[in-house]
Amino acid sequence: MRIFSKLYIALILSLIYLPMFVLVINSFNQSKYGVKWGGFTTSWYTKLFNNDGLIQAALNSLTVSVIAATAATVIGTLAAVALHRYQFKGKALLSSMVFVAMLTPEIVMAIALLIVFISLGITLGFVSLVIAHITFCLPFVIVAVYARLKEFDMRMLNAAKDLGASELRIFIEIILPLILPAVISGWLLSFTLSLDDVIVSAFVTGPGYEILPLKVYSMVKVGVSPEVNAISTLLLVVSLTIVIISQLLIRKDKTQ
Amino acid sequence: MNDSVALLQLRGLEKSYAGHSILSGFDLTIFDGEFFTLLGPSGCGKTTILNMIAGMEMPDAGSIVLLGNDISQVPAEKRPINTVFQSYALFPHMTVFDNVAFGLRMQGVEKKQIKPRVLEALEMVQLAHLADRKPAQLSGGQQQRVAIARAVVNQPKVLLLDESLSALDYKLRQQMQLELKRLQRKLGITFIYVTHDQEEALSMSDRILVMHQGKVQQLGTPRQIYENPANLFVARFIGEINQLDGEIVSVDGDHTYDVKVEGLQWTLKAQHNFTAGDKVHVLLRPEDLRVEYIDDFHASQYLVGTVVERNYKGKTLDSLIRLGSGIEVLASEFFNEDDPSFDYRPNQKVALKWVPGWEVVMPAEKSEAAA
Repeated sequence: MRIFSKLYIALILSLIYLPMFVLVINSFNQSKYGVKWGGFTTSWYTKLFNNDGLIQAALNSLTVSVIAATAATVIGTLAAVALHRYQFKGKALLSSMVFVAMLTPEIVMAIALLIVFISLGITLGFVSLVIAHITFCLPFVIVAVYARLKEFDMRMLNAAKDLGASELRIFIEIILPLILPAVISGWLLSFTLSLDDVIVSAFVTGPGYEILPLKVYSMVKVGVSPEVNAISTLLLVVSLTIVIISQLLIRKDKTQ
Repeated sequence: MNDSVALLQLRGLEKSYAGHSILSGFDLTIFDGEFFTLLGPSGCGKTTILNMIAGMEMPDAGSIVLLGNDISQVPAEKRPINTVFQSYALFPHMTVFDNVAFGLRMQGVEKKQIKPRVLEALEMVQLAHLADRKPAQLSGGQQQRVAIARAVVNQPKVLLLDESLSALDYKLRQQMQLELKRLQRKLGITFIYVTHDQEEALSMSDRILVMHQGKVQQLGTPRQIYENPANLFVARFIGEINQLDGEIVSVDGDHTYDVKVEGLQWTLKAQHNFTAGDKVHVLLRPEDLRVEYIDDFHASQYLVGTVVERNYKGKTLDSLIRLGSGIEVLASEFFNEDDPSFDYRPNQKVALKWVPGWEVVMPAEKSEAAA
């Protein structure tokens, strides 16, 4: 029975991680087609870093992701605080729309955004990409921060007010330190969502602005090259790092 | 306590929520340095009054005057008034020290003055040694004390306490009652305490305002309120009380009446004016009643009943006695081991006696507001 359960776990883990493992191995495989081990090499990485188009796409992707994640975090945090703290007309509608936005099929959102950009005359490219990425990251930040806010007895905000703190001081001294872990994990989540988004980006970007997921996608169309393995490995490392950071943040927060 | 100086005046306060009036035409004067308690069941409007004094809620009409200045439109953060919240509402991410220092920092007190003042406040509540702890590492009683220190460190003109002890267990609550009172005397700050607990109100206050459904029932010292309740609501809300129904037979003189109660005629004193034929309530505190053995011969002269139940309460022995009319009366006597007459059995016939004058006679009320 013990052996069976261990095998079962091994099977599940291998289903999840074996393809990635093969990909990482192949990125160091000298043999171009990756069926046989042709010896260790880092030449694909060298080639990757010499591929100006790919590097440019990666830099573009990073730029878009950092800007979109940061903007979504700022807007989303303020929105969550407002939803939690203030009473205003349309509050219930707004908070339910957040979930609708999260559950909308990406293809629907992509087409909707495209129509908006075209009708507003926004040139497809960097600006449209950033706006689109902010849009689909926003609900995730709101939900993360809102959930965190709900954990606290917010009567302490009345106490802060009673002790002479203005709304701004209350936000800076009380609310922000308490929700900071959620804000950071909201940013990290937005960053990864933005970095690997294909569907929305494919619709709203223009020919002049290429980003990494789309570039990789177009490269794969003509066959999986070892360079793609190399760049995927790098992306994997970035995602893992982010996951580890956010897990550490959550754990640190729990032990407080 | 300085009786002559009116510190805070509430004039004609009005407040309603969604068309439902909570308070109307509410007036109150609070003196400098007194321990004032707003007492009433939940929903009586006491917390609304507190919130309006603090500035958390704005009155619909009327004014709040602090030392001659109308502060009704001043926002909470600018009022020299601080609150100790029921839930303590400590800042969980700050140490005890930082919690207490918060108000001083917000007011822009000079940095080098903050530390001594915070430590002084913490020493006052005997928590200076825990200054580096986070609130989550403290017990309920300690958190309570931090909340008090956090409020008094700002040297407010008025300290508001919103059911501040209700989250503590019985023993700690008793201890904190004493501490609060001691602290109030020491600081000389006016305390306005809101509670639904009559025992707390009696033991700490200089004056108590009893409220019910937004209306003032009685304003007075704890003793006045306990011994001379203004109406049936106050009588029932403050402690246990026995209520007998009677009728004025004749007026004997100045506030002295012959009253028929339970088929017997008594000469009783009353604060109210009655005429013959008025229906009255005769109220008696359980601890004012004495239970005595009676033989059949003397029974006609006393209030007589049969023992229904005897409950040993440690300090006291409580007897539930059913009178001839079927009304049940509670008598609470201090336990005396040497007194053999203490040993009554259920169904035994006994007489109820009390010191003349300790009863309260008030007009019969038709609608009986349940406490």
